[in-house]
Amino acid sequence: MTIFSVFIVNRAGGLIYQYDHNIPRVEIEKTFSYPLELTLRLLDDRVVVSFGQRDGVKVGHTVLGINGINSSGRQLEDGREILEVIADEENYPIAVKFGRPKLTVNEKIMLASMFHSLFAIGSQLSPEPRSSGIEILETDGFKLYCHQTLTGIKFIVLADLRQGAIDILLRKLYEVYADFALKNPFYSIDMPIRCELFDQNLQAAMEQAERTGISNV
Amino acid sequence: MYGMLFSIKSFVNRISPVDLKDGFSSFKTSKYKCNLYETPSGLKFIMNTDLNVGNIREILHRLYYTVYVEYVVKNPLCKLGQPIKSDLFKTKLDEFVRELPIFPLRAS
Repeated sequence: MTIFSVFIVNRAGGLIYQYDHNIPRVEIEKTFSYPLELTLRLLDDRVVVSFGQRDGVKVGHTVLGINGINSSGRQLEDGREILEVIADEENYPIAVKFGRPKLTVNEKIMLASMFHSLFAIGSQLSPEPRSSGIEILETDGFKLYCHQTLTGIKFIVLADLRQGAIDILLRKLYEVYADFALKNPFYSIDMPIRCELFDQNLQAAMEQAERTGISNV
Repeated sequence: MYGMLFSIKSFVNRISPVDLKDGFSSFKTSKYKCNLYETPSGLKFIMNTDLNVGNIREILHRLYYTVYVEYVVKNPLCKLGQPIKSDLFKTKLDEFVRELPIFPLRAS
């Protein structure tokens, strides 16, 4: 029963607010001997597992660290190239940490805009006339809920499959937005939201929804 | 439709906070629900339904192995990858869908 994160997208499709409430960090550290059974490759400046699955390490996981030293992009923090360290037999046995990559801010902005377009196409693909955009997107790991207000702002919540009452949470978030962002004289509409009271109330609303499953309106 | 689903699959894989086993399965708007079942061979079965159907992954899986595999894959005249022209497939598909518990009888 967890809520993973919240995204707020403005009318143009740009991300104006993002909050990670409870993202489960998937991290696995294992010691390997030469040669490494997993095939690694460079993707978007990260070293990603492209083939091979072993003991919980899946395709798509990135290299988060080697022998305790964290990675940044394709290098370790001490400057060595990850792929070179892994290819060199002398470094074995080697302890590598794999995990799901954390999304960078740019990626979140890009994904929000992507969803903005997918939302619009969802309403056009409809076999019935005058459909709204995508309101719920289900996968086998999480559910994405989206509420578009009359002014075109989208509130997107990613939650666990078993989490209920998200539609109530979405309306509550709209209220919090109206009270603490829109009524703030220093906030300009469609700009990124940087209001402390908004953050506090949003987090309180989410914790309430998580705890009770039904938030008190 | 294909482009949309391809984009949704890619979007879901990137934004997902957890590792996904099967990936994206369906999305709902205010008027319809679009369900996707993808076979390991890359074939995508898409069914647009009403909002109150549950998980029809099993139904789409049955559709795949009782109708598609029987009447298209095993048909020497149907080339895989080409648009399906077989009338027998269309008839069997129609029968299958009409027998589904989620298919209502419209009183017109």
